[in-house]
Amino acid sequence: MKFTRRNFLKVSATAAGGLVIGFHMPSKAQAEGLASSTEINAWLSIDADNIVSIATPQTEMGQGAFTAVPMMVAEELDVPWENVRHVFADANRHVNNGDLYTTTMTGGSMTVSRRHPYIMQAGASARERLRQAAATRWNVSLDQVVAKQGMLSAGDKQGTYGEFAADAAAVTLEEEPKIKPYGDWWLLGTDVKRLDVALKTNGTAVFPIDVEVPGMVYAAVAACPVPEGKLVSFDFDAIKDMPGVIQAVELKQTKDTPSFTDLRSAVAVVAESWYQAKNALSAMPIVWDFGRGASISYESQTAEALSLLAGTGTVLRDEEGNPGKGIDKGVNQDDVPGLLEAATKLVVGEVYSRPFEAHATMMPPAAVADVKEDRVDIWTFTQDIGRSLHEVADQLGRDTANVHLHQTYLGGGFGGGFNMDVHRQAAAISAAIGKPVKVIRSREEDIAGDSQRPPVWGTYKAALGEDGLPTALMTHFVGEEKMPNFARSSVANMPYLVPNLRHELSIIQNHVPIGYHRAPGANSNGFIIEQMVDELAQAGDWDPLEWRLKLTEGNEPWQRVLLAMKEKSGWTTDMGKGEGMGLAVVESHGTVAGCVATVSVSRRGQIYVDRLQYFLNSGYVINPLNAIEQAESSAIWELSHAMFGGLDLRDGRFVNTNFDSYPMLRMPDTPPVIEVELVNSEDQWWGGLGEPAGPPTPPAIANAIFYATGTRVRTTPFTKAAL
Amino acid sequence: MAISLNINGKDISIDADPQMPLLWAIREKAGLNGTKFGCGIAQCGACMVIVDGAAVRSCNTPVASAVGKAIRTIEGISENNDHPVQVAWQELTVPQCGYCQSGQIMSAVALLERTPNPSDTEIDKSMAGNICRCGTYPRIRAAIHQAAEASKD
Ligand code: FES
Ligand code: FES
Repeated sequence: MKFTRRNFLKVSATAAGGLVIGFHMPSKAQAEGLASSTEINAWLSIDADNIVSIATPQTEMGQGAFTAVPMMVAEELDVPWENVRHVFADANRHVNNGDLYTTTMTGGSMTVSRRHPYIMQAGASARERLRQAAATRWNVSLDQVVAKQGMLSAGDKQGTYGEFAADAAAVTLEEEPKIKPYGDWWLLGTDVKRLDVALKTNGTAVFPIDVEVPGMVYAAVAACPVPEGKLVSFDFDAIKDMPGVIQAVELKQTKDTPSFTDLRSAVAVVAESWYQAKNALSAMPIVWDFGRGASISYESQTAEALSLLAGTGTVLRDEEGNPGKGIDKGVNQDDVPGLLEAATKLVVGEVYSRPFEAHATMMPPAAVADVKEDRVDIWTFTQDIGRSLHEVADQLGRDTANVHLHQTYLGGGFGGGFNMDVHRQAAAISAAIGKPVKVIRSREEDIAGDSQRPPVWGTYKAALGEDGLPTALMTHFVGEEKMPNFARSSVANMPYLVPNLRHELSIIQNHVPIGYHRAPGANSNGFIIEQMVDELAQAGDWDPLEWRLKLTEGNEPWQRVLLAMKEKSGWTTDMGKGEGMGLAVVESHGTVAGCVATVSVSRRGQIYVDRLQYFLNSGYVINPLNAIEQAESSAIWELSHAMFGGLDLRDGRFVNTNFDSYPMLRMPDTPPVIEVELVNSEDQWWGGLGEPAGPPTPPAIANAIFYATGTRVRTTPFTKAAL
Repeated sequence: MAISLNINGKDISIDADPQMPLLWAIREKAGLNGTKFGCGIAQCGACMVIVDGAAVRSCNTPVASAVGKAIRTIEGISENNDHPVQVAWQELTVPQCGYCQSGQIMSAVALLERTPNPSDTEIDKSMAGNICRCGTYPRIRAAIHQAAEASKD
């Protein structure tokens, strides 16, 4: 059996520098704040007071991109952190200059892990050009010039970066410098408070819902409550005399089968106030063609999944289509059914599942559009502003040069900002009415039409050997038709070394749009795999922590996490009646995340999560403070779904579309203790940190509930489980 | 119709339907955008303001019912972003996406004005009306204690 090297190790190979960045394209559209500043390259400009403004092309949604990008640039530029300011990168400039910032896509926990080579390069390159400028002006050789903490010096000569910025902007380097390796850092790796904290404590951070344009009107929108359904007709006359009402606008679907960023069939009511628009829209008679979805419910999907699980699924093969090569997709897959048949000790798992979940970001989707004859302005969020700009230009038939998409803060992303057509809606409405317009989705509209996290169902069978460890294992997962691969992540690449391993996948019908949802795939599948592991350990008479240590032998990133759990968590499976400790480890985004949960369960079956301990191995980490904040955040994200989540689909539509019926974790339900420890294999790779602490949370709690009560909870939310 | 409001110590007159929720009067009519819309049904607390000393969800409060009362919004709790609650929020880096935080801060300010030294249970109870999807609850708890400490001296 040969093990392939783990994917994330490949990433580190790109860490050495030598990239060429698109340099110095001065732009009229440069943010006003930079007007008195000299731009050295598209990423940064320096003013006379030596204040450095650093542009961030990624979206800031609370994950810290607006701090991480400036940190990476400042590390190389070598400027005092207190001199650093952050600005939004200009999407128009990006799109119209050959993707100036490489990409504006934000997600997959990749801002640091994947993008650091060229972002750090931008800082390094600017520093070298400043040195070159100083060398020329002082008439000394380049190697005499030192650039440090915003100052250039050579012998007794000294000057600020600001004094040389204009000269540096004109320098062409013969060779691009290499970026600094780990170990040479002075700023990266230290605790840095995020730069956008203060403006989020006095209400001045601008979200799309806060943008105001003179002459602006407001729109409320309704898409078909059954996804994929289409508008047939609406009766504007019935509402046209309601206060403030201006117009109704039909939004025509751009494609027959829209992908998640295409404009979907919908209708908007425009009024002088959003409240008036919303009231009038609710009162307007609308006829919909519900389409195929009307006969699909979560219940029917579950029945379909269960019948598929009783049969055989498609065997997941590795990239070459071969069965049984390498651990990534399975080992000796074709031998597994026979081995299970012949097993002396067979463990047959029951069915596990996770339901649909919405992003339900606290900020409902909103956008402002001002479509004029010669120019289009859009204020929106999205997790890819460059792509959104293209979409608007395409939809309106405009040249991208005349489309200006202004990024705002994003009031929660979690993947929901990818699959978004609210900017398209705003553009279509503004074009139709000839006025600037602000579109706000009601919470109900947001949840009903969101690109949801898909449901998943899964089960397994295993043969155990003499030593109680599995000799053969088969998993069978059911995903839905739109993004079925979510049903295989963290399954097909689980790290446990079982000598014969087979993964099957089946697919159910689904009309609901599906999207990325914080640690997609891993979030649901980890729940199943990590409870399966506990069941297998128990059946084989192994301690679940020892089982995991044994079956990940030689896998340093996992061993480091598991050993930390063993040494530091006070691990025990025997806490006395009504109390339990459980653990789970899930790898996603190149980060191995372990969670140890301590719970107590009252006699009446009330679950209290008393303590959550996390051990994360992400390789490098550039800002431990933010890493810990993100771990807390993603932990609570999944805790919320474990305890309270679950969307219900009936007659093709979601029935719980606001926080009264789709409850969220609140302060009283938040565990008193959440601890995060970074146990990094420092010199090996860059893992992402925005998501990975979520997935191990629900299975760790479920495993703890088992030790507390003897009952397995095989689906979420736990509050509905009979204990 | 013309409605007079007192927001952050200033008297203003707006033209609005008396049934219009205070939230939209504050945002669209008074032009104060720090107060947010999150659910519209008194569930999430994003729209929290303080009316005559009590934390109130402005999304389901008719503007007419706030006439003659002192309304405070996030913009009115300090001139320089230095109310003890704001300072504690900054020191403990509470906000992530930030969208819920105006509401969280207003709930915390109202709590501390009523209960200068709250226990964890009192904090949990008073803050239960505010949802944070970014999960900043542990930091909010700690920041409220820190603000309470800071207000003592
Ligand atoms: S918007 Fe008022 S409580 Fe949610
Ligand atoms: S900080 Fe994002 S919702 Fe609270």
